[in-house]
Amino acid sequence: MPATFIQPEFRVKIDYDKCHKCGRCVQQCGWGVYDFNERPIPHDEKCRACHRCVTFCPAHCITIERNPLAYRDNDNWSASLRKAVWKQAETGGVLLTSMGNPQPYPRIFDHLLLDACQVTNPSIDPLREPMELRTYLGRKPDAVKVEPDGAGGFRLAEGGGMSRNVELATPIIFSPMSYGSVSLNVHKSLAMAAERCGILMNTGEGGLHEDLYPYQDHVIVQVASGRFGVGPDYLKRGAAIEIKIGQGAKPGIGGHLPGEKINKEVSSTRMIPQGTDAISPAPHHDIYSIEDLRQLIYALKEASGYKPVGVKIAAVHNVAAIASGIVRAGADYVYLDGFRGGTGAAPAVIRDHVGIPVEIAIAVVDQRLREEGIRNQASIVAAGSIRSSADVAKAIALGADVVAIGTAALIALGCHVCQSCHTGNCSWGITTQKPELTRRIDPEWGAERVSNLINAWSHELQEILGALGVNAIESLRGSRERLRSIGLDEQTSRILGVKPAGM
Amino acid sequence: MPIQVIEGYRQVEPARRTEGDAVVFDANGVYYQQLNDAIRAAVEAGAKRIVVENANGQRYIGAGLQAKDLTIEVRGTAGNDLAAFMDGPKVEVFGNAQDGVGNTMASGTVVVHGDAGDVLGYGMRGGRVFVRGDVGYRVGIHMKAYEGLVPIVVCGGKARDFFGEYMAGGMLVLLGMNTQFPDDPVAGGFLGTGMHGGVIYVRGAVEPWQCGKEVGVSEAEEADMAALTPVLDEYCASLGLDLAEVLSEPFTRIAPVSHRPYGKLYAYL
Ligand code: SF4
Ligand code: SF4
Repeated sequence: MPATFIQPEFRVKIDYDKCHKCGRCVQQCGWGVYDFNERPIPHDEKCRACHRCVTFCPAHCITIERNPLAYRDNDNWSASLRKAVWKQAETGGVLLTSMGNPQPYPRIFDHLLLDACQVTNPSIDPLREPMELRTYLGRKPDAVKVEPDGAGGFRLAEGGGMSRNVELATPIIFSPMSYGSVSLNVHKSLAMAAERCGILMNTGEGGLHEDLYPYQDHVIVQVASGRFGVGPDYLKRGAAIEIKIGQGAKPGIGGHLPGEKINKEVSSTRMIPQGTDAISPAPHHDIYSIEDLRQLIYALKEASGYKPVGVKIAAVHNVAAIASGIVRAGADYVYLDGFRGGTGAAPAVIRDHVGIPVEIAIAVVDQRLREEGIRNQASIVAAGSIRSSADVAKAIALGADVVAIGTAALIALGCHVCQSCHTGNCSWGITTQKPELTRRIDPEWGAERVSNLINAWSHELQEILGALGVNAIESLRGSRERLRSIGLDEQTSRILGVKPAGM
Repeated sequence: MPIQVIEGYRQVEPARRTEGDAVVFDANGVYYQQLNDAIRAAVEAGAKRIVVENANGQRYIGAGLQAKDLTIEVRGTAGNDLAAFMDGPKVEVFGNAQDGVGNTMASGTVVVHGDAGDVLGYGMRGGRVFVRGDVGYRVGIHMKAYEGLVPIVVCGGKARDFFGEYMAGGMLVLLGMNTQFPDDPVAGGFLGTGMHGGVIYVRGAVEPWQCGKEVGVSEAEEADMAALTPVLDEYCASLGLDLAEVLSEPFTRIAPVSHRPYGKLYAYL
């Protein structure tokens, strides 16, 4: 019998007439696709279409094609379902994959359109007028006390009621990606970019490497069920603390960093021995209720000198009620991760079939918190496939205060979304711990590229605000009147609180 | 401003006096935030010994404190998350402690002269917790060791389900001696479920039904007793117990069969 029934997904084609026989493709490929015998010889079955070789080939003589092998048409038994069954028949394993849900569910952001001013309510030119993107992450008081400042204006009175907020220059932060799932150079790139852009990066659940201490005022430190790298020092370093309950790519599922990724450096940051699996249980075993969550929120506040504490959850069916409980438990922000959110590794069955879209989650959570009169008590951070500044503007108009980006930041660093992060062989040096691969990212270069992305999106946001005729992102927040839906059914539009185009 | 009362606790500073080298706070009915603020202020002012009198369930005592030569004595009942994230101090409770003792504790010592509640030592990575009596459910979950940091928990009474679940490092000891439940088994079910590091010692025997499938059960051997005896010696000295009596029964060793219990679970797409 053949070792597998599964045929290669891609074909690697080399135009040998043009090839320099330089061997760069052999060197660049993290998956070991190429042998070299006078000329490069590709093994198609190993190719993951990450384009590293294509990008570095000096002769531009490599192309990657989809294997045209025909399967007898069957919309029910797609080729990928057939392959999944063969794989499981061969291995008996849970199918593990990475990145966000690739299935063709509707993308609501692509069915929402923004408004613009014409004639009666003029638009504003963002190149000449000030356009405020500054955002404060954290709890806002029910009321503040002000007093005259002696110069005809007012200032906040002593003890006037403001709680600690984190100032962001623009409403975009980086989503949690742990050191271990990504390389240290990726962490450094994100931390440096966060500092330059006046925003935040997020450690994820793998602890804070000491190389990031200089950027700690721009770091959210995460506390997940495995409590890796969590200690009093860690809590005191962060600008804010985040309790990770769930992740959009794998709601209800714990984390599991395989032993082979736990090298010396990762082991010292996670504070576990080299080579052991880093297992994050599905639940925090000290949280079985909103009251337990409150206990952990306040334990973290007590231990950190009352830093803001946020709670990250996956967007699931009852998200509005859950978010209300989280706010009442004392969280300073609620982080909603939609079902398209990325991951370094997740069972495909969970990634592809569990959770709800973040667009819906933002709308229902914002609505519920408003109805209960507690919307001011916590910020909403929205994530789970924010792909452009348009998605940012739409998420904010639906009710988010801030968005978090993960995959987009990795794409800026070279990721080609080949969905192979779980293998630990990322040719782009992102989701790997192999030193010959991780050194492909120079943190200075990475910080520059990611900062460019944040700055570009921020400028685009200013353009959008100008077109809307407002001069602050605050004026767009929760302003669903500035959105219209197209091609969405009536019920979805109603849940989103958005009118159809034409109304 | 009238004094705010939250769940029966008053938001006032605790009464304070000094007794020899000790700063003594009267916690009776004081809200935890004011009590812990007062403790932190005393530590910052250089206090090395703090006594909390009339504790009646105040949470987070000692939470996040970082100091090597500090002792906190709690008289009464310590509330949830005692010594959570603590790094260095010694906390001694003359009474019972509630849930979450030593949550994610980094180093230091906690001695409880009574019983303690659920989730004791969750994610603990260093230091010691010694309890004279019984403990609740989910004790010692996901304790982990790294280089010189090896957490140790010794419980003198009995424990409920999920003792040592997901344990990744350190030493967890259960004696079954000073208990209010003489008729119950020494531990509940799911003992060491998902365990992938560290070791559990139980005085006497455990039944196969009690243990998770990720652990192997054997009699403690000479090497085990060589590691365990100094810990028990320290435990007995802290609580005024008789080491010879503790050692008068054989111990059972419970340890993981693999450091990678789920290594073969997945097929890569
Ligand atoms: S990198 Fe391009 S030119 Fe060099 S050996 Fe490979 S295919 Fe040929
Ligand atoms: S991070 Fe690397 S392995 Fe993961 S999808 Fe991007 S290119 Fe592929």
